[in-house]
Amino acid sequence: MLEIKGVAASNGIALANAYCLVEPDLSFEKFEITNIEAELDRLKSAISRTKLELEEIRDSAMLKFGEERAAIFSAHLLILEDPEIFSALEAKINEKVNAEFALDEIANMYAQLFESMENEYMKERAADIRDVSKRLLAHLLHIELPDYSRISSEVIIVAEDLTPSITAQLDKQYVKGFVTDIGGKTSHSAILARAMEIPAIVGTKTATKIISHGSPIIIDGLDGKVVVHPTEEIHESYRLLKRKLVEENELLKKYIKLPSMSADGQSVEIAGNIGRPEDVDAVLENGGEGIGLFRTEFLYMDRDELPTEEEQFNAYKTVLTKMEGRPTVVRTLDIGGDKELPYLKLLTEMNPFLGYRAIRLCLEQAEIFRTQLRALLRASVYGNLKIMFPMIATLDEFRAAKALLFEEKQKLVVEGAAVSEQIEIGMMVEIPSAAVIADLFAQEADFLSIGTNDLIQYTLAADRMNERVSYLYQPYHPAVLRLIKMVIDAAHSNGKWVGMCGEMAGDEIAVPILLGLGLDEFSMSSSSILKTRSLLSKLSKEKLAELVEHVLMLKTSSEVEQHVKKFRI
Amino acid sequence: MEKSFKITASEGIHARPATLLVSSATPYKADVQLTYNNKSVNLKSIMGVMAQGIPAGAVVTISAEGPDEAELLNKVEEVIVTQGLGEKC
Repeated sequence: MLEIKGVAASNGIALANAYCLVEPDLSFEKFEITNIEAELDRLKSAISRTKLELEEIRDSAMLKFGEERAAIFSAHLLILEDPEIFSALEAKINEKVNAEFALDEIANMYAQLFESMENEYMKERAADIRDVSKRLLAHLLHIELPDYSRISSEVIIVAEDLTPSITAQLDKQYVKGFVTDIGGKTSHSAILARAMEIPAIVGTKTATKIISHGSPIIIDGLDGKVVVHPTEEIHESYRLLKRKLVEENELLKKYIKLPSMSADGQSVEIAGNIGRPEDVDAVLENGGEGIGLFRTEFLYMDRDELPTEEEQFNAYKTVLTKMEGRPTVVRTLDIGGDKELPYLKLLTEMNPFLGYRAIRLCLEQAEIFRTQLRALLRASVYGNLKIMFPMIATLDEFRAAKALLFEEKQKLVVEGAAVSEQIEIGMMVEIPSAAVIADLFAQEADFLSIGTNDLIQYTLAADRMNERVSYLYQPYHPAVLRLIKMVIDAAHSNGKWVGMCGEMAGDEIAVPILLGLGLDEFSMSSSSILKTRSLLSKLSKEKLAELVEHVLMLKTSSEVEQHVKKFRI
Repeated sequence: MEKSFKITASEGIHARPATLLVSSATPYKADVQLTYNNKSVNLKSIMGVMAQGIPAGAVVTISAEGPDEAELLNKVEEVIVTQGLGEKC
């Protein structure tokens, strides 16, 4: 038995034999040709054979999986017959190179053009170009590509990576999961696995080298690993775990459409945390009633320069449109500290978590901040936007941030742009000083959102990246609970609502306490939404009042944990 | 001759709309160009059309020249309107 670690791109457990996709060898030599006409004929003939093959695959995909899955092959056919690509190939061959070399050059050029686009969706199109050119190359070389639609027993696909055309041929009835060498959470194969609702482990680096065709393997999508040649015992335990997961998921599904309400009818909002516009889909599929935290850092990361106002506007607009009027809380840029942006050339700090980051940076480098605020304001008319500022420590900071927002709003109004009049402006409470004077903030903010990950690390003075002090990361520490209570009470006595967007909002021990304290909005990763809604539906407010009263008198984190566990039984 | 359209498809001209547009123009003999942001591409080239990255709300002009230019433009207009890609302007 052997374990391979990777990135769990899609949840769940699968047990089946490995089906290794072996890439045919499509290597070729570049050589000089003498007869240009003959080479062009060779290319045209390969194109027509590729066309026939693609039409066949498209028709079979249409019959098996329907129009949506077949559409990709219609697009591939158009790419194959694209007149611009053909002229480029023709021009290349006129330079007296062989068709294989010309194809490789031109396909790379187009693929790179798409890869350099800002839009993630367009970047993915590069894979289609490479896919079509591979098929055409195989025909030029007279090498047959394997037909994956012929798989007719239960398997787990093991491959270096999956191309769009391979995946569109896979039958969910037989394909139980994927394991790939390359890729991350957002790669094509990962997205596809989630869409097919089958487990996948990507980025294993070595799977194709270690796993041989036909070996029994297990995908553990909870732990991000592949078990190769499991022992009888391990196999049995995974089989049971899988059954349990399936049953649990079935039970939770009924909560997708139910309101988030306690057993005695107290309703709250359960929202999702997102990092990218495409994450909205998962929030909605799990019945999320809003977005409680949209981390906007993604727009700034993995690139060489700041995102433009237009790029940001499009991202915010996409999220707001998809949310169709549901509350959507966007957190302004929280960068610095451990999240670095090379192009901002920030100095390395001794204490990054206590340093120049988030609102501190935004108020100092106001042009960066103003661009984001303008994009948000312009997008505000597309939904129910709420804006919050991160890492607020003083009232001055909150007022300064708000003033910049109003300045940009005035400018936009003068320019004639449409801006919503209903935008709520709030802040993250994640620094103890803000929690302690939450009553003062609540007079000036429309809402407060408690960021527990940072609040805990600052309250206990324990760096959450440092494993040696990880025992101090105590969400149920009486000091943390008292601070949370102060924030909720302060907001409510000023008629404002309070949310929470840290890990704690979806934590089984914390949820009963938070509901008892009166938290209004619970925001969490979308995979926790249904579990939390189900838990809420079993709790009653009256009993929780007693629980909270008792819990607030307990002296240590572990006492709190023990007590809540007992209470839930 | 030419016609202008405002794109209303929420995701702009992505793969599916591009496929529809290119397929509608390909059977005709006339040369056809799609112009957006002062940049023109061959409407019969899916790569060209997708590379334009046309977002929702954009105004594009389609111009055709050749023996069946009128039929081509009518067909393209029909596809744009009936498939919900955009509206004539």
